[in-house]
Amino acid sequence: MKILVAVKRVVDYNVKVRPKSDGTDVDIANAKMSINPFCEIAVEEAVRLKEKGVATEIVAVSMGPKQSQEQIRTAMALGADRGILVETDAELQPLAVAKCLNAIVAKESPDLIIMGKQTIDGDNNQTGQMLGALAGLPQGTFASEVDVAEGKVKVTREIDGGLQTVELNLPAIVTTDLRLNEPRYASLPNIMKAKKKPLDTTTPEELGVDAAPRVQTLKVEPPAERQAGIKVADVAELVDKLKNEAKVIS
Amino acid sequence: MSILVIAEHDNASLKGATLNVVTAAKAIGGDVEILVAGSNCGGAAEAAAKVEGVAKVLVADNAAYEHQLAENTALLIAEVGKNYTHVLAPATSNGKNIAPRAAALLDVQAISDIISVESADTFKRPVYAGNVIATVQSSDAVKVITVRGTAFDAAATEGGSAAVEALASATDAGISSFVGEELAVSDRPELTAASIVISGGRGMQNGDNFEMLYKVADKLGAAVGASRAAVDAGFVPNDMQVGQTGKIVAPDLYVAVGISGAIQHLAGMKDSKVIVAINKDEEAPIFQVADYGLVADLFEAVPELEGKI
Repeated sequence: MKILVAVKRVVDYNVKVRPKSDGTDVDIANAKMSINPFCEIAVEEAVRLKEKGVATEIVAVSMGPKQSQEQIRTAMALGADRGILVETDAELQPLAVAKCLNAIVAKESPDLIIMGKQTIDGDNNQTGQMLGALAGLPQGTFASEVDVAEGKVKVTREIDGGLQTVELNLPAIVTTDLRLNEPRYASLPNIMKAKKKPLDTTTPEELGVDAAPRVQTLKVEPPAERQAGIKVADVAELVDKLKNEAKVIS
Repeated sequence: MSILVIAEHDNASLKGATLNVVTAAKAIGGDVEILVAGSNCGGAAEAAAKVEGVAKVLVADNAAYEHQLAENTALLIAEVGKNYTHVLAPATSNGKNIAPRAAALLDVQAISDIISVESADTFKRPVYAGNVIATVQSSDAVKVITVRGTAFDAAATEGGSAAVEALASATDAGISSFVGEELAVSDRPELTAASIVISGGRGMQNGDNFEMLYKVADKLGAAVGASRAAVDAGFVPNDMQVGQTGKIVAPDLYVAVGISGAIQHLAGMKDSKVIVAINKDEEAPIFQVADYGLVADLFEAVPELEGKI
């Protein structure tokens, strides 16, 4: 079984991102970049399926500037066998990413596509679902458990109020939620080995995808700040304030 | 302009999240219609028809939509939605699962989690875990949007008398099936709908200690939430998580107990009307957003609070 894993290069989750003072864009010129945490969970899940003997090959794909190779190499160090970079310096919105992925799915014919439920930059939570629509494949989004057996995959999903389990025909798309697994750290020998694994490069144009953005960002701004209030001395004062000043309890 | 709102429901009843989306739809302007896709969903459709300001309710009542599997429901939404200028769904796990799939079928770029309507094609939405608010403009013919419920008031559940129209459409893609569901059973209100929320963090030390919060919650009619740290530590299940990676809440009163106030937690609760923080560390960042801060040992303060309310 072949697994395709999508990974994105994003600002590291420890970086507090701020808008530029002119409000045109976010200021991330010198920020530390990493693999999107949800994508890392996707890679880990693919590697575990390979270790269990369910999967035989893992292909990691990324899209974006040349430097996105680093994130593909990270995926390889964790266990992906080869990589594909769809290189572009243009902004790719989820629909365009899904179209590029769909073209790669058509070429590679994976049995399972695993990707993060969202990236921590755009916070869109769309690409997996969109790929499902374009490829005509079923989707198990926000997965906390993945079980592949007999040509199907059972996915336990994190939904409002609890968990839902669905069964999908393969090939299928799984998007990862936080509790699916805890990604391993890449070992130094594996990081060295990853440098020798094959990595192909293509472009949205070569894939026949019109990647023009459909949504334009007019402005970015910081969120409204909340002011700190007062400290109360004890529980009695707190209850008094809530009853008589804020009037939120009776 | 014509706006199709995708109903959040459990077939028998309409979920509150739908009402906030109706308000967002009204802010865009034009006729607001609701699509109820389900099975034996007459109860939900009836409730939808009573919502104030709704012109029409479309009902697709078929076994294929019973559990609102994305593969089937998105086909329906794309088929119906192409005749509208906007398709709006709540940014619930269900809405987030289905709306982007429908958008791709329509070849449009969806807009996730809007917090304000600037005009018919321009909206505000949080990015970078809520550290940045982006104003975005769509050039697509049909705007497919998910709406953050806490950013819009709920439309009134009475006062409307919309016509109900049955749709014959039944699209079963035949590639997915529902296996089962494990929903937390609780007499307490749902986190995202509660007017009071009391949440515990890592300071609770273990799951058993959440019992203290449940007691306070039951006296106040509140829902109980948790920080991601408490969920990651295994104290409580993930569906209680409040934060950027969990639920977004904006109750009248939010009480944070033993929560330090990581940015990812603040992103999920900072729009609450009144915030109370109880923490023994007076340097905890949660105090920077709290209206009332109490520096105290929660194991003393919480039982005392329970006694005084």
